[in-house]
Amino acid sequence: MTRIAQRFAELKEKGEAALIPFVTVGDPDLKTSEMLIPALAEAGADLIELGVPFSDPVAEGPVIEKASERALAAGVSLQKILNLVKAVRSQVEIPLILMGYANPFLHMGAEKFAREAEAAGVDGVIIPDLPPEEGELFFKALEAKGISAILLAAPTTRDDRMEMIVSRSTGFVYYVSLVGVTGARAELVEGLEERVRSIREKSSLPVCVGFGVSTPAQVEEIGRYADGVVVGSALVRVIEQAGEGQAVVDAAKSFVADLKEPLRRS
Amino acid sequence: MSKNEKIEGHFGDFGGRYVPETLMAALEDLREAYPRVSQDPKFKDELDHLLLTYVGRPTPLTLAAKMTEEMGGAKIYLKREDLAHTGAHKINNTLGQVLLARHMGKKRIIAETGAGQHGVATATACALLGLECVVYMGEEDVARQALNVWRMELLGARVVSVTSGSRTLKDAINEAFRDWVTNVEDTFYCIGSTMGPHPYPTIVRDFQRVIGLETKQQIMEVEGRLPDVLVACIGGGSNAMGLFHPFVDDTDVRFIGVEAAGHGIHTDKHGATLTKGVHGVFHGQRTYVLTNEDGQIQEAHSISAGLDYPGVGPEHAFFKDSGRAEYVAIDDEEALDAFQYMSRMEGIVPALESSHAVAYLRKLVPDLPKDQIVVMNLSGRGDKDAPQVRDMLEARAREAGAK
Repeated sequence: MTRIAQRFAELKEKGEAALIPFVTVGDPDLKTSEMLIPALAEAGADLIELGVPFSDPVAEGPVIEKASERALAAGVSLQKILNLVKAVRSQVEIPLILMGYANPFLHMGAEKFAREAEAAGVDGVIIPDLPPEEGELFFKALEAKGISAILLAAPTTRDDRMEMIVSRSTGFVYYVSLVGVTGARAELVEGLEERVRSIREKSSLPVCVGFGVSTPAQVEEIGRYADGVVVGSALVRVIEQAGEGQAVVDAAKSFVADLKEPLRRS
Repeated sequence: MSKNEKIEGHFGDFGGRYVPETLMAALEDLREAYPRVSQDPKFKDELDHLLLTYVGRPTPLTLAAKMTEEMGGAKIYLKREDLAHTGAHKINNTLGQVLLARHMGKKRIIAETGAGQHGVATATACALLGLECVVYMGEEDVARQALNVWRMELLGARVVSVTSGSRTLKDAINEAFRDWVTNVEDTFYCIGSTMGPHPYPTIVRDFQRVIGLETKQQIMEVEGRLPDVLVACIGGGSNAMGLFHPFVDDTDVRFIGVEAAGHGIHTDKHGATLTKGVHGVFHGQRTYVLTNEDGQIQEAHSISAGLDYPGVGPEHAFFKDSGRAEYVAIDDEEALDAFQYMSRMEGIVPALESSHAVAYLRKLVPDLPKDQIVVMNLSGRGDKDAPQVRDMLEARAREAGAK
């Protein structure tokens, strides 16, 4: 059983939804990211999404877009992120998922990336601009190494395509809650629950919801009907405002603990 | 599906749809609507009528007699896209796409622009056809091209200054994608070149094919045979593809695309994507891109804003790898010289983009036999570049004087 499947199985037993925080690796620097991963796990994160910065991130709102710029300015690369995962893997059991745009992954090459990601201890990959039709070879290379290729579904995804996405995704299905880019929104989209329930009926995999989720109340609500909740921009903003080093770790830890609180059953 | 597309939407290894899931349904709608609408006689008549009575097509094919004589090689003809309404080939595409959007029931048009040419052409089509128009433009370009910003606003468009990334064309495209992801239900993205996710490279090519189709007919009328060589400049590649594509099965006709070498292809300041780039995924397509060793997209550089792009249309990438077309690069200085050369020789001020093609003619034509025929696409007129070129030439003269 993969670490991701194992984690969802444990949560199911407890009747809890997963909290999945997102951080851009290398924002503000790699050293801080290395401290953040175990700290987030300790604070209550169930899986962690590690953002791989890209020069042209078309699905990101301004908060993550700027974080991506800061990380690139600090000299972060996909190779350095793999090295970082390798370094922290021995300290944490939490599933680590890379989220980034297609070109850096394809530039490294499917086989090489899959080999190094496996060696580093990466559990899954999410690439918003690599749909299943175009990513077939890349995703096969990942799956051959036991790395999940997590596909995204959106409000605009039609029924026949949804069948294809849930059947080809591995690890879990990432449901994009809204029509738009990443970033905090005051309200959740109307009809979200119904939509998530209908995908869960089609899917044997867990269904997690991201985009536009920022508060403990929103996390609590989604946690009632989804298998997991992703919080990205709101956490990235907390990190941005905290500055650097231990201050970042402390602020992020307390923010994530507050998000996890309403999901706990025990 | 054209014969280069073995799998729909792919040209060999290139093309495809590398976009966020939210946009897949919109691309699917466009893929379905485009052949249906564009083959509808009502749409065709409407577009043909506009091209004839509004754009001023067909544009002439002009013999460049003095350049031919001075270079002493093949006979040179110019396809005069500079004489199209708004002063460049861009209008062929924007009228087609905006009309398509209207037939699809879309109310709002978004576009990206570098120096402003595609933005002005889109704003023009929207003014004519009565649709709302929003143009994304990098903050740097807004400052450098204040007059074009004003022109777009004069035409009724709203110009949004983009402050992310390098604040140039590629970031304007990113921001247009973000708008489209957010407003996909009522918005049509009018892409400015033969690039982006499928079916855009095909749609833009088809609307620009009028250049090559007219050229074929015109050269048959005056010469009674096909040309030997076609030459055009390449940024995203739409004017070149428009000229080349109707000749794709005429395998004796050479295609030469001229990219921007900027400060030189040995430097990191150029836009020579096909000459120096690698295979990659960028702005929704698999194509050649300029990247660093981590796969991050690099900024391009050229004296000409229209060639200043770190990607290139996927069908050109296919033409390169299959050997159907040759791609070469011309640097800023050579283009600047060619700008002045053509002005004096022919009484035609070429756009800085087109000046790259002119500069390559000066290298190519003297070595070609006199009985050969070369057609160059004069993709736009240079009035827009006159103030910038004047400043550069004055600076150059001061530098020379100081030495």
